[in-house]
Amino acid sequence: MIPVVVILVYLAVIAVVGGVAWRRGRENTEDFFLASRSVGPIFFFLSIFATNMTAFAILGSSGQAYRQGIGIYGLMASSSCFVIPLTLFFIGTRLWAIGKKFGHQTQVAFFRDRWECNHIGTVIFALSAAMLVPYMIISIMGGGTVLADISASPETHQPIIPYAWGCAIVAVVVTLNVFLGGMRGTVWVNILQTTLFLCFGAVAVAVISHALPLGFGDYMQKLAADPKTRFLVTRDRMPPQTFWSYTLIPLSSIMFPHMAIMCFSARRVSAFKQTVVAYPIAIMAIWLPCVFLGVLGFAALGKIPDPDGVLLRMLQSYAPVWLAGLLGAGIISAVMGSDAHQVLALSTMFTRDVFAHYGGHEKFGERRSVHFARGFIVVVTIIAYLVALALKEKQGIFEIAIRYAFSGFAAMAPVMVAALFWRRSTKWGALAATIFVAASLIATGFLQGKPAPAPAPPAAAKPSTNTLATAAVPTNNPPYLAATNAPPSKPASAAPAAAKPKEDIIWQIGHGADAVRVLSRAPNGDVRFLNGYMTVFPMVLGSIFCVVLFSLATPPPSRETIAKYFDS
Amino acid sequence: MKKLLLFLLVALVYAAHQDVWNWRRPGPMVFGFLPIGLAYHAAYSIAAAVMMAILVRFAWPKGLAEREASSSQPPPPHS
Repeated sequence: MIPVVVILVYLAVIAVVGGVAWRRGRENTEDFFLASRSVGPIFFFLSIFATNMTAFAILGSSGQAYRQGIGIYGLMASSSCFVIPLTLFFIGTRLWAIGKKFGHQTQVAFFRDRWECNHIGTVIFALSAAMLVPYMIISIMGGGTVLADISASPETHQPIIPYAWGCAIVAVVVTLNVFLGGMRGTVWVNILQTTLFLCFGAVAVAVISHALPLGFGDYMQKLAADPKTRFLVTRDRMPPQTFWSYTLIPLSSIMFPHMAIMCFSARRVSAFKQTVVAYPIAIMAIWLPCVFLGVLGFAALGKIPDPDGVLLRMLQSYAPVWLAGLLGAGIISAVMGSDAHQVLALSTMFTRDVFAHYGGHEKFGERRSVHFARGFIVVVTIIAYLVALALKEKQGIFEIAIRYAFSGFAAMAPVMVAALFWRRSTKWGALAATIFVAASLIATGFLQGKPAPAPAPPAAAKPSTNTLATAAVPTNNPPYLAATNAPPSKPASAAPAAAKPKEDIIWQIGHGADAVRVLSRAPNGDVRFLNGYMTVFPMVLGSIFCVVLFSLATPPPSRETIAKYFDS
Repeated sequence: MKKLLLFLLVALVYAAHQDVWNWRRPGPMVFGFLPIGLAYHAAYSIAAAVMMAILVRFAWPKGLAEREASSSQPPPPHS
């Protein structure tokens, strides 16, 4: 009951902050969408960090570490430590400067002006919105699931807050916060949210270390000494191709509309200086304890039915109940921090890139545009809520969509780089890359959806030795998840053992040991390229190729436009 | 020369992410409990922060500094 009370108090605080921000706000779009480009350095860092962190950073990271071991940190966290600050440094600062100079509020507004185009901007908008919507829906689904899990009675396992109510609470609180406060309310709430989930990891490790019967080192030595669990403290089961491919995924970060829009909101460009230096440390502060506790959970708890709940189980077993409340608030913070920015970004895009661009602004004025944006926020959240209820059982579809959205946004990064740094780039290059990315996503989705080939006949009866696989039946895969070559789940210790799922080779060149698997599907259904690289690799390459080739083959923008965006 | 050195720094940090030498070994345990692969990437995160501090110090774009100076003025109407 205590965790529920902590969470409800926290949610009430968020709604109140939205109300206070509303009283400070002005009725124009720049204030509503960008807080009048007045966000100070500390608020900017905390807010842009909250924008990019989802519940996966806490629950999913520990769950994946439980399944795959410590390699998850290098795969997802330290690659982000390198790539995301660099993109903020090179792209975010330029976006800020252009927004400040020309008043742009979205990426599409910049593309339209930079490349003297109209409908091509709309195509980019459509692809961005299509990739963002599933993310928003799954945030609400995640919020409902987390509230139901945390409020479940230890005896009866019945949730005090059922899934439908949990989704409704998250949707209402996010709507209130964004509807009333716009960017200002969202940023203010992010201060509380980021502080909460930055503190959580260190507190959890400290508290759990005191309650465990053995020391941390003893558990790690135990895992290392057992051949069955050794992979948890190494990267034995992590293909190097996956590990390398993943360094391209964080390119998506700056292309997510909510991240790019945040870049427009800073008061001064110097806010980026502190942000890019602090960002890797903040990632480490969250991910390192969560990954460590996930691996530790395997050693301390053994097999559990839901690996994504390993952190919760560790807290229930080894920490006081108030810490579970803090965890709940931390997770809900992560869910709502990113969800609020996604809702606001969708509203900003529709209002600026569609409503205002196609005449709504001239016809109805600034004040009415803000009313349109608020109306849109309510409508889109209601739709997302209804979808979250209706398609609860099909959550996996949205999870797959999000995984591809990360690859899609990463593959759109060359378009942004071309717009900012290559004066010869043209709208046709941008259009070609956008169509290529959209086509790649559709093709990948089609291949992923194809029925898997029939497995080979069962081998001789033999108990499974794969303790990881027998432990884990993932049911709630957050973003990023399963974009790895994680072994697929199996029923616990089934005997006779089920046939091992095979890689499905779609296109292969050559035969035998020298064969190159150009296109294949991993046992978990993920499409792989060139002997195991993730699809983000060919997508980024193809996008670069399209931008360069079609730009060189078509006339450049006018000299006036180039002079506007580039120093002579 | 400065640009080349900074480029090499970024390339070096990127290359350091692919620590193949830690792939299959669990130890030594750093501080007695952190597997080497995890400790290495935690240190890598700190190295990334240091790299960014160096870039901010030596590669901050000049044009942006000028814009910073004039950023107190209100922006022109939307395009």
